[in-house]
Amino acid sequence: MELICPAGTPAAFHEAVDAGADAVYCGFRDETNARNFPGLNFSREELREAIAYAKRKGTQTFVALNTFMRAGAEEIWYKGAADAVALGADALILADFGLMAHVAEKYPEQRLHVSVQASASNPDAINFLVDAFNAQRVVLPRTLTIADIARIGKNIRCEMEVFVFGGLCVMAEGRCSLSSYATGKSPNMNGVCSPASHVRYRKDGGELVSELGEFTINRFPAGEAAGYPTLCKGRFDIADSNGYAFEDPVSLDVMGELEALKAAGVKALKIEGRQRGKAYVAEVVSTMKAALNSPPDRRAPLLARLRTMSEGQKTTSGAYEKRWR
Amino acid sequence: MLIPPILSAPLHMIPIPLIERICRLMFGRIAKAHPGLFERLDEHRQKRFAFLPTDLPLAFVVVPGREEISVLRQPVEIEADAITEAPLFLLLALMEGRCDADALFFSRDLSVTGDMEAMLAMRNALDASNIDLQKDLAKLAGPLAPIARRVIGEIRDRALKDQNRPAGEAAAWN
Ligand code: SF4
Repeated sequence: MELICPAGTPAAFHEAVDAGADAVYCGFRDETNARNFPGLNFSREELREAIAYAKRKGTQTFVALNTFMRAGAEEIWYKGAADAVALGADALILADFGLMAHVAEKYPEQRLHVSVQASASNPDAINFLVDAFNAQRVVLPRTLTIADIARIGKNIRCEMEVFVFGGLCVMAEGRCSLSSYATGKSPNMNGVCSPASHVRYRKDGGELVSELGEFTINRFPAGEAAGYPTLCKGRFDIADSNGYAFEDPVSLDVMGELEALKAAGVKALKIEGRQRGKAYVAEVVSTMKAALNSPPDRRAPLLARLRTMSEGQKTTSGAYEKRWR
Repeated sequence: MLIPPILSAPLHMIPIPLIERICRLMFGRIAKAHPGLFERLDEHRQKRFAFLPTDLPLAFVVVPGREEISVLRQPVEIEADAITEAPLFLLLALMEGRCDADALFFSRDLSVTGDMEAMLAMRNALDASNIDLQKDLAKLAGPLAPIARRVIGEIRDRALKDQNRPAGEAAAWN
């Protein structure tokens, strides 16, 4: 199985390639990509250099243009696609059907991957994208069990890529409106779940308080591992109880299920984390690569050291092996 | 790795203008070695970024657009757009991109307050640069550069080893 690794900067890109990534995914420094954070991402020139570096090392580059086009501003996305194709991207990761149609028509030779943001999670939806736009791979949402993935795999006509490590989105991706509700900005249109412009941290005694817009997302007592100020991982007062309504601050780790994923027909394993630093990318990619090359019983100790780098310093297999509360 | 009080205590005695001069020299050297360093800051270039080492009685305030650094004695009310607090070695490791800021935030080794857009842009700008304090600063020592390089390297290796704590308990399940 291929290892698909994140890069938010050229420095992280180099680390991913050097650590043994089969492919690195990244995006432009604008609203075309769902990790549109301040100071992150690639200029055209940086992407040109990164792709050249990757090609020399036999690594592929996937360019994510995975937000939904703003009506009237489609040119930004069309230009992104044109530039990514011209720069030699091995695949474009797309979420918007309109953009898929544009790419399929203008660049029929270009390899097209369906972003997780497209929320294609059943054979009918996936096969439609294969037939309509010649999609060659689908990145599946993190809401499916391994049995679901195996069933889908048997009934679709393209490759499957699944997230195995990093941030955990618990909703039907591309459809979540939590941050739109709280801040007016969304991951689907603006490329941000917790827009930095609306995030505030403050100390209240020994507690760390995280806020998003007008909402308190969490209060971490002294000594408790912290998480991102994401609404889906917030601790809220609900009726008489106080707790995590959707999900705890936790990261995904399904590396323990590699054999099952392989048997389910998964072609590529994706690491989340374009917003993370190059030290994280280097450590996670090299550890995952080592784990992939190790017999199953040797993987757990290798992967254990990644837990301290994870949100809330905890990991979960999420929906892949769902155990309901 | 924390600076022991026995080493940080003398800083109370050293005049601030002297510390500031040394810091400006180092800041100038790093900016010269990495001319595109703050390009990723965009509109945040003129903001005031404060760095507070939790194990030193000092605070550093940087305005990247003006290549300006000032030093204050702690405790003091800091006027800044964004404030980062962590032990000195972690702040230096972050500057070199040798530690992941999010991981340090999760473990509560690092805290950030103020303008998060500016802070994220700064974090990403530093992470994208290839600052190497050992290489960039050793030259300031003139003929003693090889010794300075070795000393900086050894301290850095020790601090990073210290940071790599064993992993926590078994994975949590939903
Ligand atoms: S807020 Fe949570 S559920 Fe919604 S898109 Fe972001 S990570 Fe997913």
